[in-house]
Amino acid sequence: MSALTDDTLPTSPRAIRDEMIVFAAMAVLLGMVPATGIYPFFVMQALCFALLACAFNLLIGYGGLLSFGHAMFLGTAGYISAHALKVWGVTPELGILAGVVGAAALSVVTGFISIRRQGIYFSMITLALSQLLYFIYLQTPFTHGEDGIQGIPQGHLFGVFNLTNPTVLYYVVLAGFLGGFLLIYRTINSPFGEVLKAIRENEPRAISLGYKTDQYKLLAFILSGTIAGFAGSLKVFVAQNASLTDVHWTMSGEIVLMTLVGGLGTVFGPVVGAFVIIAMQQYLAGFGQWVTVIQGVIFVACVLTFRRGVIGEIAHYFRRTL
Amino acid sequence: MQALYAQLLVGLINGSFYALLSLGLAVIFGMLNIINFAHGALYMMGAFCAYFLLNVAGIGYWPALIIAPIVVGIFGMILERTMLQWLAGLDHLYGLLLTFGIALIVQGVFQNYFGSSGLPYAIPDELKGGMNLGFMFLPIYRGWVVVFSLVVCIATWYLIEKTRLGANLRAATENPTLVRAFGINVPRMITLTYGLGVGLAALAGVLSAPINQVRPLMGADLIIVVFAVVVIGGMGSIMGSIITGFALGVIEGLTKYFYPEASNTVVFVLMVLVLLVKPTGLTGRAA
Repeated sequence: MSALTDDTLPTSPRAIRDEMIVFAAMAVLLGMVPATGIYPFFVMQALCFALLACAFNLLIGYGGLLSFGHAMFLGTAGYISAHALKVWGVTPELGILAGVVGAAALSVVTGFISIRRQGIYFSMITLALSQLLYFIYLQTPFTHGEDGIQGIPQGHLFGVFNLTNPTVLYYVVLAGFLGGFLLIYRTINSPFGEVLKAIRENEPRAISLGYKTDQYKLLAFILSGTIAGFAGSLKVFVAQNASLTDVHWTMSGEIVLMTLVGGLGTVFGPVVGAFVIIAMQQYLAGFGQWVTVIQGVIFVACVLTFRRGVIGEIAHYFRRTL
Repeated sequence: MQALYAQLLVGLINGSFYALLSLGLAVIFGMLNIINFAHGALYMMGAFCAYFLLNVAGIGYWPALIIAPIVVGIFGMILERTMLQWLAGLDHLYGLLLTFGIALIVQGVFQNYFGSSGLPYAIPDELKGGMNLGFMFLPIYRGWVVVFSLVVCIATWYLIEKTRLGANLRAATENPTLVRAFGINVPRMITLTYGLGVGLAALAGVLSAPINQVRPLMGADLIIVVFAVVVIGGMGSIMGSIITGFALGVIEGLTKYFYPEASNTVVFVLMVLVLLVKPTGLTGRAA
């Protein structure tokens, strides 16, 4: 079986320097968005999905585990945050915390179940589990079924930052995204991340070296699910609603697509992929179901001719890791 | 009691579809090492094929039962020749992603032209009406679906486990290089196998057309349940897929009677339980 990515080089100081430069450029560019007059709502939405795709990429790109159910963390954290904010009337920071804790608890349970099988079965199990949750949310009253939870109050973060102001909200979302991104980046380059890569490349060998691979995979799964949940909680403040579309399998598919377009197992690929896919949805919104068809075509084209993704191709061209 | 028997029958019918679809998935996985995410979309194409045959060409149910699987099977073989074959040697996950893309394309195109509502397909005259069995009223068409699916499943099992062609197929699954050395055209066999698996899905689509109506998304949710069925049963054994498919259909039917709220989720819950107790699945070998 060939590896998913061709980045088998150990992390070199040069790679880290490259990545730090790109990260700084990304942070500066994103920080300037409100000054340019670009519609901030679009960028905020893309940032939430970018963080989500990065969390997903932690599992597939570095652990070799393709989760086809990551929408369940997005949707669960979204529902819990939305419910806490609207019905319990908690402050924004507590609302986010509630959503993240909920997603973390969910990822402990679903991770424990799904890492019992590998490869293709893992994907089918995560898909089935997210479908199970979809039906549960469809039936439980607190999610308000097809309507979703709407009109969520944004409030003041830490009692200071007024989230009803789009610019303030933008910088809060950006800070959340950059924080989550750095956490993932730190994880990838930690000893823990190296063991994950070893498991991806050759699990029996990692076991023979004495690593309890199931524990590593479970921890990676929990981390990924929790950060995905954080993205879901942030998205509640942007969209001001939480609905069933966020738990549906089509959403899980979109997360996969974003990461695939940007580049599986690249540090910045999921961010680029998320912006590409969200922009495409924005511009093609009037074309109805043709958006689905185009997404399908991108899937097929990526798998057949463009497996490294945008960032993967660029990195390969310059012989760097990005 | 009437209601219980009726739900059992519905369960058996759903079980027939689970069995036909998971059987096709298992056959395809054995040869191509691909989980065919497009299986639900191809099932839907089978139903639409029957619908077009009737409404455009005036060809009825019985010929459709043969023509639709062949047409969709050929479509599948074209997919295999033009796309899937290039994935040989890559990680299994790429097959899943590619077929997911194909499913999105097929379902999206049909949704554009037919919306999301169901199109009716009449039960053929020969199978209209029902029989009173004393303890319940049996609509003939529903009985036919169960019996016919069972026959097709067992025929497929016989083809793969008991014939020379099946022996070649199983040998090619184990060691394609060696089988090629014996002068057997393995790539052609792979294409035909994919066509067979896809044909089974299309056949299930034709069978379900008069019961469930013809909808572009009829296969989208179904395929996820079938994945859970496959996880429970494991893909190592053909007979295992058939039995698991029917058994889960019946369990789902019973749940509809005793606790309807859980009927959507019972298969997934069972999957979780099986994973906790016997992670390799009921009949499967370790993945």
